[in-house]
Amino acid sequence: MKRLLTLLILMTWLPTAGFAIDSELAFQDPALQARYERLNAGLRCLVCQNQTIADSNASLAVDLRSQVKEMIIAGRTDKEILDYMVERYGNFVRFKPPVNNETIFLWAAPAVMVLGGLLIAVSIVRRRSSLAVDDEEQAPQGDA
Amino acid sequence: MWRSLIPIAVFAVLVWFFNRGLGMDPRIIPSPLIGKPAPEFSLPVLGDRSRQVAMADYRGQVVMVNVWGSWCSGCRAEHQTLLAIAATGEVPIIGLNWKDEDRDAEKWLHDLGNPYQVNLVDVEGRTAINFGVYGAPETFLIDKQGNIIHKFTGPIYWQAWTEELLPLVRQAKEAT
Repeated sequence: MKRLLTLLILMTWLPTAGFAIDSELAFQDPALQARYERLNAGLRCLVCQNQTIADSNASLAVDLRSQVKEMIIAGRTDKEILDYMVERYGNFVRFKPPVNNETIFLWAAPAVMVLGGLLIAVSIVRRRSSLAVDDEEQAPQGDA
Repeated sequence: MWRSLIPIAVFAVLVWFFNRGLGMDPRIIPSPLIGKPAPEFSLPVLGDRSRQVAMADYRGQVVMVNVWGSWCSGCRAEHQTLLAIAATGEVPIIGLNWKDEDRDAEKWLHDLGNPYQVNLVDVEGRTAINFGVYGAPETFLIDKQGNIIHKFTGPIYWQAWTEELLPLVRQAKEAT
């Protein structure tokens, strides 16, 4: 049973274990390779939409990866590479879009929902506890 | 009493959002290049690779750049419409043959007809990246100053031409 569980956990973990999708490493230098992979993981493959270009072998993703690689070799900064992509594909190309007027709702929604949930929870708990107090107050009256 | 209206209000807001979401096509991503200069390129001509054509060659002309490939089924779907548009003579269509084999592209034009004034070969897809192309077919309208004025994503159909593209083409042609 334990072994099965270990196996299952391994199986769920394996696909996300960060295998590079390229058949070979793009860079010999581990630092550059790490940069390359981090940049790829932040860029959307626009044909597949919900995958990054690090996860996809669509031909556009392959092209964009080689573009990233070339720009790293050319000594461009991360910001320059991201700006290059955003200029052409818009903010949609970034998996983590910047906070601006268009995306503020997107960024604020989780906090708003958590706060809303908390408010509802607090109001329910309060009402319940005040009901309980009422019961206790009423109980002695009933006895009297 | 008003409390019971809250869930109904929340529900109404959700319905509004979902309904809006249903009406949007997630495949159509607004291009940030609208209103900006079309990317410069100089590419070999399909069928005569020794010849190069550059974006700058079209300054002073309204042109329609159509991104296609013989591997692309949507391009086949719009091909008849492109032929019909070419027949009107309203606007020259420049083909950007994207990540294709020359032989396949030439066979396609031979078999299905050729609506293009010229076809440019972009095997590596570099020019396509500069145009922000993410899937063929995509079509760009470029004005006399060389600015991108409109992008149409997906196969063009006749109504899209007459109602969406043609008015813009005419307007751009009248502008100086």
